[in-house]
Amino acid sequence: MEFETVIGLEAHVQLSTRSKIFCGSSTEFGAEPNEHVDPVTLGLPGSLPVLNRKVVEFAIMLGLATSCEIRRFNRFARKHYFYPDLPKGYQISQFDEPICERGKVVILLNDVHRTIGIKRIHMEEDAGKNIHDSRTSSSLVDLNRAGVPLLEIVSEPDIRSPAEAAAYLRSLRQLVRFLGVSDGNMDEGSLRCDANISLRPMGERKLGTRTEIKNINSFKFVERGLEYEVARQLSVLKSGGTILQETLTFDSVSGATRSLRSKEEAADYRYFPDPDLPPVTVEESWIEEVRARMPKLPQDAKKELVEAMGLTDYDAEVLTAERAFLDYFDAVYAVCKNARGACNWVTSELFGFLNKNNLDITASPIKPEDLGKLVQLVDTEVISGKMAKSVFEEMFATGTAPETIVQAKGLRQITGDEEILSAVRGVFEENAEQLAAYLGGNDRLHGFFVGKVMKTTGGNANPKKVNELILQEAKSRKESK
Amino acid sequence: MTNLSSLSLTEMRDGLDSKKFSARELTSSSLKGAENLKGLNAFIEMASESALKAADEADIAMKRGSSTSRPLLGIPVAIKDMILTRGLKTTCASKILANFIPPYDATVTQRLKDAGAIVVGKTNLDEFAMGSSNENSAYGVVQNPWDTSRVPGGSSGGSAAAVAAGIVPVALGTDTGGSIRQPASFCGVVGIKPTYGRVSRYGVVAYASSLDQVGPIARNVRDAAKITKILAGNDKADATSSALRVTDYEAVLGREIKGLKVGIPKEYFIKGLNSEVEESVKAAIAQLISAGAEAVEISLPTTEVALSVYYVLAPAEASSNLSRYDGVKFGYRASGTKDLKELYSKTRSEGFGKEVKRRILIGTHVLSTGYYDAFYLRAQKVRKLIYEDFQRAFSSCDVIACPTAPSTAFKIGEKASDPLEMYLSDIFTIPVNLAGLPGISVPCGFDRAGLPIGLQLIGRQFEEETLFKVAYAYESSTQWHKKVPPVFAASK
Amino acid sequence: MITKELLLKIAKLAHISVPESETTEFMNNLSSIFGYMEKLESVNVANVEPMSHVLGATNVLRADEVTPSLPVEEALQNAPDSSGRFIRVPIIIDSGVEH
Repeated sequence: MEFETVIGLEAHVQLSTRSKIFCGSSTEFGAEPNEHVDPVTLGLPGSLPVLNRKVVEFAIMLGLATSCEIRRFNRFARKHYFYPDLPKGYQISQFDEPICERGKVVILLNDVHRTIGIKRIHMEEDAGKNIHDSRTSSSLVDLNRAGVPLLEIVSEPDIRSPAEAAAYLRSLRQLVRFLGVSDGNMDEGSLRCDANISLRPMGERKLGTRTEIKNINSFKFVERGLEYEVARQLSVLKSGGTILQETLTFDSVSGATRSLRSKEEAADYRYFPDPDLPPVTVEESWIEEVRARMPKLPQDAKKELVEAMGLTDYDAEVLTAERAFLDYFDAVYAVCKNARGACNWVTSELFGFLNKNNLDITASPIKPEDLGKLVQLVDTEVISGKMAKSVFEEMFATGTAPETIVQAKGLRQITGDEEILSAVRGVFEENAEQLAAYLGGNDRLHGFFVGKVMKTTGGNANPKKVNELILQEAKSRKESK
Repeated sequence: MTNLSSLSLTEMRDGLDSKKFSARELTSSSLKGAENLKGLNAFIEMASESALKAADEADIAMKRGSSTSRPLLGIPVAIKDMILTRGLKTTCASKILANFIPPYDATVTQRLKDAGAIVVGKTNLDEFAMGSSNENSAYGVVQNPWDTSRVPGGSSGGSAAAVAAGIVPVALGTDTGGSIRQPASFCGVVGIKPTYGRVSRYGVVAYASSLDQVGPIARNVRDAAKITKILAGNDKADATSSALRVTDYEAVLGREIKGLKVGIPKEYFIKGLNSEVEESVKAAIAQLISAGAEAVEISLPTTEVALSVYYVLAPAEASSNLSRYDGVKFGYRASGTKDLKELYSKTRSEGFGKEVKRRILIGTHVLSTGYYDAFYLRAQKVRKLIYEDFQRAFSSCDVIACPTAPSTAFKIGEKASDPLEMYLSDIFTIPVNLAGLPGISVPCGFDRAGLPIGLQLIGRQFEEETLFKVAYAYESSTQWHKKVPPVFAASK
Repeated sequence: MITKELLLKIAKLAHISVPESETTEFMNNLSSIFGYMEKLESVNVANVEPMSHVLGATNVLRADEVTPSLPVEEALQNAPDSSGRFIRVPIIIDSGVEH
């Protein structure tokens, strides 16, 4: 019997606001423990939440970017449970009235586009952090993270493989980074993910019993963890067993999933509308205002690169992997107006150099405008392509503008026919033996003469012209024989 | 020297400004009164040192200039121990907060301080404001100054007793189902619960977030109006506080009430209502009529179910608001526990009193899966009906008049064993919180045992002006507010 | 009717332990209070919207601006147990309900 994998992902995205969702404490990452804690964060008696407008705007933005329906009338609900990193004993979240619903994300995997449905997106607050101290048999609580705004994105169970799950997560990451709503960093915890996975016989519409995998904190683990679980469930089902509905954690060392606790006794969160927070009505005018301010979406940017600029799908994919890449490319293009050229220099040359030096594109020593000028210099044949490569190296090392380097080093390409022709004749004179062989039919000596001419001209002759004129001069000599 | 602290706020202001006495003398009188009358158990914590220091500073300030920009300069006040005071222990009359020292002031505390008031102490209350008699405090029962074998009412029993006994001219209380008005009624003083959202709740320990409000208990209507004006107004730290402009409540005092329609809810004058209470309240209404108002019979059919609605919604919100008392970040933490789970339940079981536990259990139940729709959701819908009842009523009247409480102060211990019995004492005050309306209680007589009776006036949302106007008109024609309880003699 | 089983279930959710000696009292209290609430069942609430906010205000929002936090000593001053800059609790056994 063939089984189909059914996966749904629940992603939590930490928003890049300056202050927390319900109070003004800073959301700065990497601060000293309990440095960003105020009465509201601490849940002190008498403290009250006040909603950060930017959180709603980011939610609307993400909703628009994923083609969701934006809910007009929104409320917050309290979700109750006891845990040391949850100061109030409840989390302020949204329950049956999430701000965004019924959207989608398109993923590209192995050149195939697939649409993954988004069930809902809602706003909520993050909890603090517990650190185990086994030495003293205690846990240490840091509430810096408590109150940081989150968007929870719940997908439909449309994902059909661990690879798709990773692709979906990557798309989400790219999207939130593009929009500037989050830095989507799995290492720092600004993108977290829980997966629900079940198997069912091919063709069956009913969902099988699912397990939930928590604690997935890298893309690599998403695939590995899910692969392990698929294999595990498959072997259980194939041997006639049943899947226990449970919560699992992924152990990155062993590569296996293991049980956290049985999910039979579902927690009773006792949701009810939070009386401290008046409802939020999202009018059409607010949505339009956000839409107008929204940055270009990756899918739209890709389309433009392919259709308007003639780049390949692959190129577009690379350039839109990060908003910073696209911004850089746009700035290069603005100067040289050569999409192909700009793309090549950015993706083949610049990326290589940046990676080697462990630099982020935002820390590139070469300003995009300068790279644009470099492309222009090649396009207008002021320098040869080969020369441009060494100019580029110099630019990377010193951050100097290309014209300055070309000027200072006298690298201007020699393109004048007269000049090159005289160099060609000179080389022919000096290498009579080879000339005879060449004129006699030994075409392999063409490269020899190109090299000699380039050497004579200090490498500055336009190679195309050199080729042309060597052939031309040789031809006229053959004819005059 | 007369008992300075038993003067009204207005008299104190005049006395200070005309240099009849100093702020230090005034505060000292207040502290002395508290000491002499400590048998009432009206206070949980005194702030003697800081109060005297503030009094001295007030005296210096008054020497330098006038008090017009700070109307409460040099005036001693008391604050219900449910409201946060920075650096001064705030216990909510609970063991679970026995050592809690807030690092911030409630907005209302700040506003009083900004106006120059001197906080002399924190008053006793029913634990977490849950009660109608101040018998649920972890710090002991409070006695009614009019008869120390009786309760002062609750939950702001300490505040009402402190004002009635002449220890302070004004004390802050909180009111979720009648906790300012009912004790004011039992203690023969004035107490107002403003419109929901009129006064900031930031720094006020939450009992039921959609019902709680802070208000003053004072010796007369003018004083209550003065304080309400200082407390009222938008607070950015409280998302439920109203942005509506605050008008000058004092300016309307003395205006005529000719033609004003006074609604008499027929459901509030049913059998079972204490006859002496009924008599006094009816006489008070007659007084209003003779001053030119017009009586109109109105009907509030949902009166019968209001108590049920309250005892679903308030405990539900309370069970949620009190989840934070888990022994982790602040407050009491039980010792000798083997793991976290035990820490939670032992802390909460040892830290909370019985009535608080009862309400948490009720609240937890009505919010739980399978019961939410039948209880919580349904109660919210009925709440809407109660709100609409009042809206309809206010289309034919401008203010509603009725008793504040169905009886006068009962004996300590009389109702303590039957929670339901106790809940019934809030039957006239609860609907007002549910509809978010303002309500004021003014003394309107005494029963044969010499116990105070209160008249309640209820207004439309944000019409505190009307309440003060009518209350003042009534008060001006009576002497009830001038009577003092027997303990006064003892406090001299 | 509040049975003992139900009482203990509620108590567990609320993290309050009810000693054996008090269960009957609580059961009786709660039963009579819930009995009183049965009045609500007879009210006709067809087409009535639940009222969770009594003023009808909406969109009370604040700008995304940082305001000062408490100095860590103040944040921890009421903590029953702390260690350095952390609040300390007995070790948490399972990896948590959430996150």
